[in-house]
Amino acid sequence: MIDVKALLEEMKSAPFKVVEVVAPHTGLVEHVITEPGLKVVGSRGTWDEKPGTVLCFLERERNKKPIHAPLKGEVEQVFTEHGGKFVEAGTVLYTIRHYLTKDEVIQEILKKTLYLFCAREQAQYYFVPEADTKVKANGPQSVRVREGMELFIVSRMKRETTLPYSGPEGMIYAVYFKENQSVEAGQPLIGVCPPDQLHVISDVVGRVRSEWEERE
Amino acid sequence: MDIEKRILSLNQRLQYIKDIFAAKENANIELLESKLKDFTERENTMASSEVGRQLAALEDLYAFLEKKLERELTPMDKVRIVRHPQRVCLKDILENVYDNYTEIGGEGEYNIDPSMLIARAYITRRVGGKLYNQPVMVIGQEKGHGEEYRNGGSVKPWGNAKAQHYMKVAETENIPIHTYVFTPGSYPIEDYPGAAQQIARNLYEMSALKVPIIAVFSEGGSGGAEAIGLSDVRLMLSHGYYSVISPEGAAAIEGHLRDGKRASAELISTCARKLKMTADDNRAMGYIDRVIQEPALGARPEHYDFFKILRSEVIRATDEVVLNVKGWKFFRAMSLQSKRNKRNASAEDIYVRWNMSTGARDRLLWRRYMRFRKMSRHAYVDNSPLSKKFERVMREAGWSMYSFFKYDFVRKHKKKLTHIMEEIGSEMQVVRDKVAGPAHWLREILAPADKAEATLEAEKSLTELSCWDEGACGFDAGEYVSPQAREDRAVSCPNAATHGCKDLWAPDLFGDYAGVCSTCGHHFRMEYQWYLNNIFDYGSIFEFARSVESGNPLSYDGLDAKLEKAKAATGLKCACVTFEARIKHVNVICATLVGTFRGGSVGAAEGEKFVRAAERARKKHYPFIAYVHGTAGIRIQEGVNGVIQMPRCTMAVRRYIEAGGLYTVVYDTNSYAGPVASFLGCSPYQFAIRSANIGFAGPGVIKETTGMDIPPNYHDAHQALSRGHIHGIWDRREVRANLHQALQTMGGRNLYYR
Repeated sequence: MIDVKALLEEMKSAPFKVVEVVAPHTGLVEHVITEPGLKVVGSRGTWDEKPGTVLCFLERERNKKPIHAPLKGEVEQVFTEHGGKFVEAGTVLYTIRHYLTKDEVIQEILKKTLYLFCAREQAQYYFVPEADTKVKANGPQSVRVREGMELFIVSRMKRETTLPYSGPEGMIYAVYFKENQSVEAGQPLIGVCPPDQLHVISDVVGRVRSEWEERE
Repeated sequence: MDIEKRILSLNQRLQYIKDIFAAKENANIELLESKLKDFTERENTMASSEVGRQLAALEDLYAFLEKKLERELTPMDKVRIVRHPQRVCLKDILENVYDNYTEIGGEGEYNIDPSMLIARAYITRRVGGKLYNQPVMVIGQEKGHGEEYRNGGSVKPWGNAKAQHYMKVAETENIPIHTYVFTPGSYPIEDYPGAAQQIARNLYEMSALKVPIIAVFSEGGSGGAEAIGLSDVRLMLSHGYYSVISPEGAAAIEGHLRDGKRASAELISTCARKLKMTADDNRAMGYIDRVIQEPALGARPEHYDFFKILRSEVIRATDEVVLNVKGWKFFRAMSLQSKRNKRNASAEDIYVRWNMSTGARDRLLWRRYMRFRKMSRHAYVDNSPLSKKFERVMREAGWSMYSFFKYDFVRKHKKKLTHIMEEIGSEMQVVRDKVAGPAHWLREILAPADKAEATLEAEKSLTELSCWDEGACGFDAGEYVSPQAREDRAVSCPNAATHGCKDLWAPDLFGDYAGVCSTCGHHFRMEYQWYLNNIFDYGSIFEFARSVESGNPLSYDGLDAKLEKAKAATGLKCACVTFEARIKHVNVICATLVGTFRGGSVGAAEGEKFVRAAERARKKHYPFIAYVHGTAGIRIQEGVNGVIQMPRCTMAVRRYIEAGGLYTVVYDTNSYAGPVASFLGCSPYQFAIRSANIGFAGPGVIKETTGMDIPPNYHDAHQALSRGHIHGIWDRREVRANLHQALQTMGGRNLYYR
């Protein structure tokens, strides 16, 4: 309980995450945004068809490519020492401070507080039919899971096996995979919330939704 | 009460006049306004007789000033007249011009497409004491008087499909069709049947419709008008407009406006004037046969005299069309000729039966074709000397005769003979097999078949060097090197984010890889010369009709300079290149629309060359390929001269296909609007090169007219394929093989090699 509230306070103190923009390949850097503190946006449009703000140009073999900002935020640091020079792939060119949105905060909290049941191997995962109908009809929170119950079907190379759930008992709070999507090893599949914690977690989620101010 | 009504009507007329002249200051309008205001203020204080007299005087003043303002109308005012909610609409015409009608294909709001109205109407004539009932099919766009659900006359593709269906019904019933064009343009949606493709289908259908078609133009907005406008006689209302694009669209292009910025009112008016879209301009250029005079400042539903005039014009036009192809016509034709210029002459003094015999119908189609063939001759530039023109005419006559003798005369009979021999042969084959069956079986058992020859073949192919393609072993002379391949730079594929394509080196990409990304297969834009070199056999290209050049028929300012620049940059005289060539020893005729000359836009010169190519293909019985490197639509600066190419070229193509030819279209880079909606879209075999964009209107236009946001790949070739607009997507390196296969396997029952 205290965990969750403390987590929220911690996030409130530093409501951003820092994203590095690196050079995707070698080339000559030509900065467009040279001053820190400018606001940039990521790709916009219904289909993400409008690319984000141009941060700099990277030229290799007389092929000038724009580097766009990956998400919305504020430019924190500009590494102007690379300006006009040849850089290797992976050199950090900008750091962008991205102020977290409500959804992102909730995702972070859930990732840290829920028990995450991870995938053992890379495969496609599906729910067992009974669980699947329940999830589709009433949402994930209607399924109670117990240690050892058959919950997943692992589909790999056209062979399917069932995967039993192991971990604390509770109900599924969040589902992190989609049908027909390959999940890598170690990625979370579901987040389980034990019944005593449910009240606290939903409380915190509600608080975040109402109180969190999104910085523009 | 009567007074109230009259005052109300005067107010309405004043409002109408103000709408038409928009915000322009005009002393006359102010005068009218002030007089009306004075009158209404003093009305209560006057005696009733006085009121009556003053009101009559006011009405006379209104009539007089309306006639005066009529002379000051600019083309943009006429556009506003035609778009006003009080303008006559098709329903008014049906009520007042025809004697009886039934709306079919839907009623009012309950309709597949409320903007297209179809009705089965009757005209009743009383001639010499007898009553004749003549049915016609009336088809037209319906704007209503401001009804929302009519979409302002923008017909969706299924509305055009409905029109096509009922045109065929009229053809079956042998009744004439009267079409009324009241559309600002077609609704640019690509869902099946697809705006462009459906208009193409309509045009294709109308080219050979065996009943008289009379079109009356009120508001003719390019493609939408052409969808029902291909006719034997075209009439136009005096205050209507018929143009390639709306003045707002032209202004947006002239002013290079983007992202929904509005053009200024003056720019729009100047564009309206420059496009020469009024009835008189069209009459002068020969695209309209007659202008029907409307009352001052445009016809409104209360002008009953106008409907009488319209009725007699429409009947006379139908009579004329029918009489031109009938046998017994002498006196009636004379009467029509003489009465044409007399006032108050009614078309109901003579009776002409509108059903036609088979011979008459064929003559009708021929006359329709020749009429369109002769249009827009003045609009292109042909600087070849008279001797060359004469030579061309003689040569074409020679081919016509040769083709007639060899194919129509000898081959028809030869074909019959070969068909009969084939039938007999196949029947005999069955009998022979049955009889010789046991004999064969016996022979097989006694001695094994001689396999020596087969093994020799196999031995040869396994031990000697193979030559995998004819071209590869031969001398690679004249190979085309793209100018893009001469630059030393790297190129990024646009699909790099999604497909993980690596950067490509330009000489590799545009040389060996033929402009195709080696990871995802995205096709980069290649010049048309690459295709000419790589599809057709080496040295087999023979260009014809080279002397036809693009001109500036409307004297549009700026176009001369742009054309000079384009001609200098590309070395071509117009955007269409027509030539004879060979693909793997099969002779073909090809018409290419080159995308680098003014965007590949089609004007009078390109249309003329296309028609000549189609006729040449028909006479020589060669397959006809239209390779569209890129086309941006109809050249806007040529106005109606460009739009008229849509029905012209479609008719030429139809004649070619009906004579038993094979017409294939290959789309490349960007192909939009006009040509796709007419002579390209009507082909039964359309293919596209990968990464091509095919559509009716670009994303900007769609956003502006419909307000819909469209996904970025809306016009992609794969989307067109899933909508059924094209039939296959080809890699450009396979075009030669695929075209050769198409020539062998598809259509064209009457080609020279069949």
